[in-house]
Amino acid sequence: MNAPVNPKKLIKGGLHDWEVVIGMEIHAQITSRSKLFSGASTAFGAEPNAHVSLVDAAMPGMLPVINEECVAQAVRTGLGLKARINLRSVFDRKNYFYPDLPQGYQISQYKDPIVGEGEVLVDLPEGESITVGIERLHLEQDAGKSLHDQAPNLSFVDLNRSGVALMEIVSRPDLRSSEEAKAYVTKLRTILRYLGTCDGDMEKGNLRADVNVSVRRPGEPLGTRCEIKNVNSIRFIGQAIETEARRQIAILEDGGAIVQETRLFDPGRGETRSMRSKEEAHDYRYFPDPDLLPLEFSQDFVDGLAAGLPELPDAKKARFVADFGLSPYDAGVLVAERASADFYEAVAKGRDGKAAANWVINELFGRLNKEGLGIDQSPVSADQLGSIIDLIGEGTISGKIAKDLFEIVWTDGGDPRAVVEARGMKQVTDTGAIEAAVDQIIAQNPDKVAQAREKPTLLGWFVGQTMKATGGKANPAAVNALLKAKLGIA
Amino acid sequence: MSVDAQTVRRIAHLARIAVSDEEVAPLQGELNAILAFVEQLGTVDVSGVEPMTSVTPMAMKKRADVVTDGERAADVVANAPETEDNYFLVPKVVE
Amino acid sequence: MSELNELSLAEARDGLKAKRFSARELTQAHVAAVERARPLNAYILETPERALGMADASDARIAAGEARPLEGLPLGIKDLFCTEGTRTTAGSKILETFTPHYESAVSANLWRDGAVMLGKLNLDEFAMGSSNETSAYGTVISPWRRNGSEAAIVPGGSSGGSAAAVAAHLCLGATATDTGGSIRQPAAFTGTVGIKPTYGRCSRWGTVAFASSLDQAGPIARTVRDCAILLGSMSGSDARDTTCADLPVPDFEAAVSRGVKGLTIGIPREYRVDGMPAEIQRLWDQGAAWLKEAGATIREISLPHTQYALPAYYIVAPAEASSNLARYDGVRYGLRVPASDIVGLYEKTRAAGFGREVKRRIMIGTYVLSAGYYDAYYVRAQKIRTLIKRDFEQAYAAGVDAILTPATPSAAFGVGEKASADPVEMYLNDVFTVTVNMAGLPGISVPAGLDAQGLPLGLQLIGRPFDEETLFAASQVIEDAAGRVSLPKPWWA
Ligand SMILES: [Mg+2]
Ligand SMILES: [Zn+2]
Repeated sequence: MNAPVNPKKLIKGGLHDWEVVIGMEIHAQITSRSKLFSGASTAFGAEPNAHVSLVDAAMPGMLPVINEECVAQAVRTGLGLKARINLRSVFDRKNYFYPDLPQGYQISQYKDPIVGEGEVLVDLPEGESITVGIERLHLEQDAGKSLHDQAPNLSFVDLNRSGVALMEIVSRPDLRSSEEAKAYVTKLRTILRYLGTCDGDMEKGNLRADVNVSVRRPGEPLGTRCEIKNVNSIRFIGQAIETEARRQIAILEDGGAIVQETRLFDPGRGETRSMRSKEEAHDYRYFPDPDLLPLEFSQDFVDGLAAGLPELPDAKKARFVADFGLSPYDAGVLVAERASADFYEAVAKGRDGKAAANWVINELFGRLNKEGLGIDQSPVSADQLGSIIDLIGEGTISGKIAKDLFEIVWTDGGDPRAVVEARGMKQVTDTGAIEAAVDQIIAQNPDKVAQAREKPTLLGWFVGQTMKATGGKANPAAVNALLKAKLGIA
Repeated sequence: MSVDAQTVRRIAHLARIAVSDEEVAPLQGELNAILAFVEQLGTVDVSGVEPMTSVTPMAMKKRADVVTDGERAADVVANAPETEDNYFLVPKVVE
Repeated sequence: MSELNELSLAEARDGLKAKRFSARELTQAHVAAVERARPLNAYILETPERALGMADASDARIAAGEARPLEGLPLGIKDLFCTEGTRTTAGSKILETFTPHYESAVSANLWRDGAVMLGKLNLDEFAMGSSNETSAYGTVISPWRRNGSEAAIVPGGSSGGSAAAVAAHLCLGATATDTGGSIRQPAAFTGTVGIKPTYGRCSRWGTVAFASSLDQAGPIARTVRDCAILLGSMSGSDARDTTCADLPVPDFEAAVSRGVKGLTIGIPREYRVDGMPAEIQRLWDQGAAWLKEAGATIREISLPHTQYALPAYYIVAPAEASSNLARYDGVRYGLRVPASDIVGLYEKTRAAGFGREVKRRIMIGTYVLSAGYYDAYYVRAQKIRTLIKRDFEQAYAAGVDAILTPATPSAAFGVGEKASADPVEMYLNDVFTVTVNMAGLPGISVPAGLDAQGLPLGLQLIGRPFDEETLFAASQVIEDAAGRVSLPKPWWA
């Protein structure tokens, strides 16, 4: 049951080493036009209560009708998580009172979710990888939003989000560090984005994590856990886990006991605190929603969706390693976003895969990151980058010139080949021209020539001078060979 | 099974219905009368019986994913006791 | 016929078609009768201007030769159906100020077919009750009285306003709803005909929910034919209600005259309950005899789980209600009692807005769903529901076409007579009707005679799923044999 404990992942307390055990419930907003049970729009950022139907506002006599696309999206996600798809599932009501919950209950799935057990393969730095078990995925409604800062004694309730479809993806407590937890969420997000079932936009709240954290001495049974609600960035997930684990360790090492409770992470203060409002013993009185029949579909329906799934990151990564000879690390970087992987494939097509990976990862991603741009906003297209790589391969330009060329294409655009032509950036391979330059430098610097015979490292200075004299266009190999011969360096 | 006064108060709170001290005893009596009445169900052999989830056997109708509703904030808040700028207002909720 | 409001719905329809009178005249006769009958408290809200406006529109249509099936026929609408622009209370103080911006599917179907709305009919609060004494808008008084007595009698419930209005000629027919007997019991108490169709025959969209898996709309009218006509308009598939059946609506009116020759009518022995009054037993035997004379075969059958239906109902219905009524929280519509915090607002609003019976049922429902009790109560009750339904399926599979039972264990009782501390005494009124809701079947109550004190008694026929036609055919036989009940003289006017 207990996987071997990796000592590197333990947290040092004052007295002992502690193992942190983490499980996650991710709420992922389904990508759909309309809500789970009503025809109101899911678009973000509307006027208050604009994207609200009478169903979402729980007017008397209103009834839910399920959105078939949301069902398909949940099944696609289940397939992407290699999970069991339940051909029959049931919607239950989770009853509680809250101003942003108009019906007085959330329609969710309790005993019979649409998706059962699955798994996610998570790559960690240094080549390690873990498999995180998925316990279930169920469909449910999102709640509305309360604004608390509009008036001193009032909260303002907006139901635009009320009824938007969510997938709650529950992991097993298989994570053992904040790094693992962050990597898991990152990977899950990647899968969802590949599938097109959730845009993963954490800033808009479209992906939120409830993080269950407990600590134990290695080898001991699971400790009491606390649930940190609604953490909305991957960085905060890491911080919340670290903070909460240390809080629990301090209590336990002090001889105290952990109280199972719901907590909130306050990134400003770097602490988690008890959510008193949620502390009241909840009794959700789940029961099957009598307004809805059981959700049933055929294996054919599932097979049809499976046939339409895109290649997922794990498969793509394996293919990149096999077909393009990439390192698993580079392949992993490229497949982290479907758009990046597609870009890379377009660049690598018919070219050297490793060279393409170097250019995409080091030059392009580096530059995009610096500018805060996404791959889909790249000023350099896959075709343009491919041409640059071709020009290097042909020997038309040197690697160094290629970087200048990349800069020019980034800023001014244009066909790289034409740019090279127009700006005279072609590499000089004509040894005659290079030799003339070399001879001139040797003639002008007799002292250095003498020194170079004693100190061969001075060769670099001569190379630099020659490159300068040729405007950087001289073929570096040719320059080297000529200088060595003329200076008599072996 | 029967309920005591404390359970009556707990249930009332769960149902968000204020009950005065005087109401507790009569409610307790009425609830216990009903619970006594339903007690006889305990004698039925229900082993192997599926609980009913839908009284009419049919497939659940589904909607296409099309925006067909909303954009009627004025209707949504028309009956609300307290609103501002089409928001519903409630006493401040502390999280 | 001296008064237009004393016509049956079918007669009024035919009279309008033959232009013997106008829709305005017909409506005016009803508006006047409604005004005179205020002591009965059948209407929570009268809408005479709207009625006359609709009637004038109908007259124009009739003149243009464009009459629709219910053109110009004045009806009452139970105040559980949301009516656009017209206040809808569900009989509760918590909805005292609620005006929907939408029209229920059932009432919209009636307006589509040309009917005229006279107003909103009184009912037990949120349809929870069997005597119409739980309404926040006052008790409805039955137009019936015991022989030689002036004591007020209940019309039954929860569709007591609908039944009383129909019996007192305050509308040609009315919409009603039935969760455990709320159409059939008041129909039986008032000498009117009421049918609860198969679950899924009428859309529930826009009807205030009590218990979603049991609620069904249906009509109350003075004749079997009138019920058939109204149900034909009220029912039909609706994409907005997932539980509403996608089936064509049969020609119910045509079924009325089919007769029962060759049909097998089951008599369930479990309905012969202890302490059943002799006159109820006699009426039941009489009903069987009439059907037999008309060519049906009578067969004793067994529905062994009958006795568990009522207790199981009193778990399932309150459980669903406790959840369905959570939306009445003082935030988006209806009553709000201010408080400094949200929990106080909820608790005070719901304490002030709900009446005693509603609170009781919400609390029972909350209790049976709560942690630790769910399996023992709710799941068990739903299993018993499966068994109850299976009983019926077996009877039908063995060749029974419809089942005959008494509609109620007694005739109507007096106002206040069952106000004892034990709510179960009132619940026992539904003992014969509730099985039908638990199994989702159609059931009709048809007047079959009077008790010794001169109050009406009804018989119930229970049918196969979506076979309301057989119920209309068989109840027409009873109506023909029993003779139409002559309604009481209007002592209130
Ligand atoms: Mg959760
Ligand atoms: Zn959830």
